[in-house]
Amino acid sequence: MPDSDLGQLGDGLLFVAVIVYTMAMLGFAGEQASRRARRQLVSAGGSSAEGTVLERTVTLTESPSRAGRFALALTGCGWLVHVISLMTRGFAADRVPWGNMYEFSSAVALVAVTAFLVLVIRGKVERSLGAFVMLPVVLYLGLAATLLYTEAGPLVPALNSYWIKIHVAAAIIASGAFLLSGVVAVLYLIRSRYDEKQSAGAELRFPVTLGPQLPSALVLDRVSYSVIAFAFPIWTFAVIAGAIWAEAAWGRYWGWDPKETWSFITWVLYAGYLHARSTAGWKGRKAAWVAVAAAVALIIDYYVVNIFVVGLHSYA
Amino acid sequence: MTVQEDPALAQLSTQPEPVRPVRRGELLGPLRYGWRQLTSMRTALLLLFLLAVASIPGGFLPQRRINPLRVQEFVQEHPRLGPLLDRLSMFEVFSSTWFAAIYLLLFISLVGCLVPRTRLHLRALRSTPPQVPRTLARLPVSDRWQTTRDPDEVLAHCQQTLSGWRTVRRDQELSAERGYLRETGNLVFHLSLVLLLIGIAVGAFRGFTGTVLVVEGRGFANTVALFDDVQPGRSFSPGSLVPFSLTLKDFRATYSADGKALTFNADVAWQRPGMTPQPYDLRVNHPLEIDGAKTYLIGHGYAPHVVVKDRDGQVIDDRFVPCLPQNSQFLSTCVIKEPFTSGKQLGFRGVFTPTTVTDADGRVGSASPALLNPALTLAAFEGDLGLDSGVPQSVYSLDTSLMTPIDQGRAQALLPGQSFALPGGGSLTYAGTAEWATFQVTQDPGKLLALVASVGIVGGLLLSLLVRRRRVWVRVLSAPGSPTTVEAGGLARTDAERFSTEFAELATRMRSERA
Repeated sequence: MPDSDLGQLGDGLLFVAVIVYTMAMLGFAGEQASRRARRQLVSAGGSSAEGTVLERTVTLTESPSRAGRFALALTGCGWLVHVISLMTRGFAADRVPWGNMYEFSSAVALVAVTAFLVLVIRGKVERSLGAFVMLPVVLYLGLAATLLYTEAGPLVPALNSYWIKIHVAAAIIASGAFLLSGVVAVLYLIRSRYDEKQSAGAELRFPVTLGPQLPSALVLDRVSYSVIAFAFPIWTFAVIAGAIWAEAAWGRYWGWDPKETWSFITWVLYAGYLHARSTAGWKGRKAAWVAVAAAVALIIDYYVVNIFVVGLHSYA
Repeated sequence: MTVQEDPALAQLSTQPEPVRPVRRGELLGPLRYGWRQLTSMRTALLLLFLLAVASIPGGFLPQRRINPLRVQEFVQEHPRLGPLLDRLSMFEVFSSTWFAAIYLLLFISLVGCLVPRTRLHLRALRSTPPQVPRTLARLPVSDRWQTTRDPDEVLAHCQQTLSGWRTVRRDQELSAERGYLRETGNLVFHLSLVLLLIGIAVGAFRGFTGTVLVVEGRGFANTVALFDDVQPGRSFSPGSLVPFSLTLKDFRATYSADGKALTFNADVAWQRPGMTPQPYDLRVNHPLEIDGAKTYLIGHGYAPHVVVKDRDGQVIDDRFVPCLPQNSQFLSTCVIKEPFTSGKQLGFRGVFTPTTVTDADGRVGSASPALLNPALTLAAFEGDLGLDSGVPQSVYSLDTSLMTPIDQGRAQALLPGQSFALPGGGSLTYAGTAEWATFQVTQDPGKLLALVASVGIVGGLLLSLLVRRRRVWVRVLSAPGSPTTVEAGGLARTDAERFSTEFAELATRMRSERA
C-alpha cells in the first residue's frame, strides 16, 4: 500500500535534484560567459592597453575549466539524487516509478541527463553544451512538478500488467533521448545559421548570437543523429510492445486511439529524419527541422493527448 | 596515417550502388520515367511526411470508429465546419480513400526500391570484395610501412589479422570487407513493413469483432446474431467464427476508499459444443483464448432486478435491467418498458446510483462506483411505447411522444425491496442488484503475421543501425634487394571516427612481426 511519507521524501529529493541541476546550469553558463569574455579580451588585446589585458586573460584561463568541471560534478550529483528520488517514489507506491504523468516526466528528464552525461564522458560532445541541455531539463522538471503533480498511489486496472515495465520503460528511454536530440537539433539550427550569417557578414540577432558558444555544426549534427539512431529502435520497440499490450488489454493491437496515432506520427517523422539525413537536398538544416518537428510530435503525443484529447490513454 | 575526404572516392563507397536507369523504350518512356520518380528517395520522403501530416487530423478530431458519439457532438457544435470535415472523411481518416492513397503509393514506392536493392545485395553477398584502388593514400584512412618479410608472408599475416572479414587475395593485393548484415538488416526492416501491412489487411478483410452485454447468470454463444454490436471484416464469412459459448457466473470489482478501481474479475464458464464447461478468470489484461478467438472483458455496470406485478398481484415481468454508466461514479441511466400490461403500456426512465447521495434540492447522485448504498430512482409514463410503429428502438431509450407522465413525472427513489405503486393497483419492485459485463470477441487471422513482421522490423532496424559496413585494402610493393613496402587503406560510410580507431588497431596488428 502507498506510503505517503516515502512519497514525500521522493518529491523532496526531486526538488533537491532540480536545485542542483540549476546550479550546474549556472556553472556551465559561467564557464561560457568567462570564455566569451576572454575571447573578447584577446581580440581587443591587439589595439588597446596590452599589459593589463594580458594579465586578466591569464587569470581567466584558469577559472572556466574549473567552473565547468564543477558544473559537471554537480550534474552528476543531481543525477544521483534524481535516481534516488525516482526509486523512492517507486517504493512508496510499491510499483514501477512511472505510473502517472508526473513520474513519467521525471523519468524522461533523467534519461535525457543520463544521455548527456554519457555523451560528455565518452567525449562525443563538449561539456559546455551543459548550459543549453540543463535549461530545458530544469524547466521541464519544474513544470512537471507543479502542473502534473500526483501523489504516489496504486495503478488503475488497465495499467496493471507486466507490460507497464516493458512498454513504458522503452517509451521513457526513447523519449528522453529524443527530447535531448530535439534540443541538440535546435542548437544545430542556431549554429548553422550563425555560420551562414557570419560568412555573409550579416547582422546577428538573438538566438543566432549564441552561435559562438556552441560546438561546431558538424558535431551537433553528428550528436543529434547518433542520439536519434540510438532511440529510434527503442521507440519502435515501445510502440510494438504497446500494441502487444493493447491486444491483451483492449482486444486489438492497433485502433488509432489518439495516443497511438501520435506515436505513429512521431515514428514516421523520425524515420523520415533518418532517411532525410542521407538524401541529397534534405541533409543539414532541413533534416534538423524534421528532428525538431518529430520532437514536437512526441511532446504532443504525451502531453497534449493526455490532457486535452479524450482517448484510452487518458488515465495517466 | 592520414584522414581526408575525397569526392572521387564515392565510387568505392560501401553504399549500395544506385539503381541504373533502364533504357527508355519508345512507348514505355513516360511510364518508366514516372516509375523512377515514384521509387526515388525524394518522392518516398515526401510521401512519408505526407503520411505524418495526413494522420494529424486523426490525432485531434474525434474518430467515428472509436467514438461515434463524440463525432456527433462535434458536428452539432460546429454546424458549418462539421459537415465539411465529414465530407473530407476527417472523422474516419484512417479508412479514408486519400489516406489509403498515400500509404499505398508509399508502399509501392518502397517495393519498387526494395526489389532492385535486394537483387543488388544478393549479388554483393556472392561477390568478392572490390579491387584495391590505385592510390591508397587518398582513402579517408591509410597507412604505409616497411618490413623485411617477403610479400607472401606479409599478405598471409594481414589476411589472418582480418579474421571475420570477407577477404580475397589478388596477386600482391588483399581486399577485405565486412558488415554485409547492415544492408541485410535494412532490407529485412523494409520488407517487414510490407509484411506488417499485409497482416493488417488480412485482419481488416477476414477479421471479426463483436461485443455483447451479459448480466450475471446469463451468457452468449459466438454467433453473429447474438452480439449487440458487430464489426465484421470486408470479406468475413460467418462460418469462420469459432463455435463456443460462455456464461458469466459472477462479476466482481474492487475499489479503493476514494473510489479508484483496483481490480475487475469476471468469473466465467466456457464450453465448446458438446464439451463440459471450463472455468476461467477473465480479467483486464487477461483475455480468454479459444482456438484463435479471444474474449476480452471491456466494460461493466449494474443491472437492478425488477419485478412488475399487475393489480391482481400477478407477476407480469421479472428481469434484470442493465443500466448504462454515465460517469466514473457509475451514476447509470435505466429504461424499463412494459408492453404486456392489461391496460395502457408502461415505461420507466430513471437512474441507478450504487452509492446514493441526495443533494439539497433532492437530486440523487452517486458518491462511489462501489455498491454501498444502491437506489433506483424512476419516473413513470403510461400510453403507447411506440413498439408497433415499425421503427426499430433501442432498449436503452424511451420514446415518450405517445405517453403521459404518471404523478406529473415525479421521480421516486427506491431502495432494495421497495416498490413503485402504479395507477390502478399494480407495482414495480426493485428487488436487488446484479452486475453486468461487456465482452468483446475478436478473431484476427492477420495477427500472427503482424507479430512476425514486428519482430523483423525491430531486428532489421537494429542490424541496419548497429552494423557498419567497411572495407580495407592492402597492397605489397617489393623490389629485389630492398625492403618490402606495405600500403593499407580503409573506407567506411558511417561512423568514420570509430572506423579510424578500428583501422589504426588493425594496422598495428598487421605491422607487428609476430603472427
